[in-house]
Amino acid sequence: MRQRKKKTGKVFSKLYNILIYAFLYLPIAMVVLFSFNTSKRNIVFEGFTFAWYGKLFQNEALLKAYGNTLIVGVCSTIIATIVGTLASYGMSKYKFKGKGIIDILLYIPVVIPEIVLGISLLAIFNLSQIPMGILSLIIAHATFCIPFVVFTVNARFAGFDKSVEEAAMDLGAGRVKTFFTVTLPIIMPGVISGAFLSFTLSVDDIIISFFTTGPGSNTYPLKVMELTKTGITPDVYSLSTLVLIVTIALVIFSQRDTKNSKVKMK
Amino acid sequence: MRKSHKFRNKTIPLLVTVSPVTIWLILLVAAPLVYVFFLSFLSTDGYNVVFQFTLKNYMDLFNPIYLEIYSNSFLLAFLTTVVCILLGYPFAYSMARAAKKKKAVMMIMLMIPFWTNSLIRLNGWKTILGKTGLLNSLLLNIGILHQPVEILYTRGAVILGMVYILFPYMVLPLFASIDKLDQSLLEASNDLGANKVKTFLHVTLPLTSPGVFSGTILVFIPALGYFFVSDIMGGAKSQLIGNLIENQFKAANNWPLGAALSMLLIVIIIIMVTIYKKCGGDMKDLGVL
Repeated sequence: MRQRKKKTGKVFSKLYNILIYAFLYLPIAMVVLFSFNTSKRNIVFEGFTFAWYGKLFQNEALLKAYGNTLIVGVCSTIIATIVGTLASYGMSKYKFKGKGIIDILLYIPVVIPEIVLGISLLAIFNLSQIPMGILSLIIAHATFCIPFVVFTVNARFAGFDKSVEEAAMDLGAGRVKTFFTVTLPIIMPGVISGAFLSFTLSVDDIIISFFTTGPGSNTYPLKVMELTKTGITPDVYSLSTLVLIVTIALVIFSQRDTKNSKVKMK
Repeated sequence: MRKSHKFRNKTIPLLVTVSPVTIWLILLVAAPLVYVFFLSFLSTDGYNVVFQFTLKNYMDLFNPIYLEIYSNSFLLAFLTTVVCILLGYPFAYSMARAAKKKKAVMMIMLMIPFWTNSLIRLNGWKTILGKTGLLNSLLLNIGILHQPVEILYTRGAVILGMVYILFPYMVLPLFASIDKLDQSLLEASNDLGANKVKTFLHVTLPLTSPGVFSGTILVFIPALGYFFVSDIMGGAKSQLIGNLIENQFKAANNWPLGAALSMLLIVIIIIMVTIYKKCGGDMKDLGVL
């Protein structure tokens, strides 16, 4: 009796999870479907075509926006990863005055709404006459990415055995050498996931980019926002379908990679 | 001698590692917010900011039209949070209880949709919810409806969009707190004669409440500001605080008023975070995404 009850519970929870995933994937399925639609308007599916994938490569404005997104994503990720990793190292290793203040400042970009961070960056860029464009976007994106790098690397430092570093220094390695040959390899998983998170946040960002961009430096999300008002053409959907395929391929690849390295370890 | 030793061993590495982040945060987080605070007390000549002290912007916050927008915005953020908890809790629970391998697969499958841009996914919803969309034609074909109904451009559609975009921000902290839950406590409660409902209400829920609290912060606050969701799903009629601020900094070009509205939002967040910390919430839980 009890066994049966457990079984129905399991079926129920499985069904529930399927419904949740359906909710999450349904709109994406529609995007993929409409990227093959013969009709230009994304209302009714009229017929199957690959034409939009060809047209995509003639849509210079869209490709340029995507290029901008990648440039901003890569540059802000590099800045955030370096600044954040250094900060995490210093803050986990040393006690010093003002540490509490840095901690609070790190949480501000995480808890305040993006719109408030966006308008305050716009205001300060305007005040300090920093030209609005790719540079202002990179600075703005690095600002909201830095805390996330610090937090993910902090988690690595939490379980860090300091004696390894001390051993390296006792054996005559300098501080810099110890950092690069001992510390960095140990915290690397944290650094990589911090960088990965930064890149994801940057590429997907809409609100902060909306306030800190300038003429001629549209990013992909901003371009989509602009098109939403006039009507999205299916070539935008083909671009996001291609991006989706690349993402899934990368996920599968990285999963297989970790599996293989585990086998090698054995 | 000792002093220079300390200088070399602590001061220099500390300066090298911590000063970049300190300078960055002061120049690009603290200074901008302080400037916005000042801006909220300045005037405007209809186009440019005029450096003249005024409290007018704060008086303007009580404009009846704005008051209605705030209450609309709060209701929406509140409903979004509640729906996220109700939908996310069972899901996070079964994910935390799954075998290790399945857990990883479920997590990746949760995250994949979020690597497609939110605006694109909201447009995907538009094709489903529109008057000639998938849902309407399905309901018409089954015979539940005889005429297509407007689902898009309603408050319900905005909530759906918010829930959809913010769902992982609720599930991840919930998952983290349920995953930490000691299974033997549930068994003990069961052995002591409590039924499943009782165990859930008196053991599981209190122990996982930190996850609920941090999920609430991570969902409620963005839901006040995500103006693009109401733009796409709700059309022009459903304005949020976010839309109001956006409008002051773009179309209306009244930065001081926009700054005052932002200060209002900051005060709300300070209150929420204070309550969160009073309830025993850990700031660290808000940074793990």
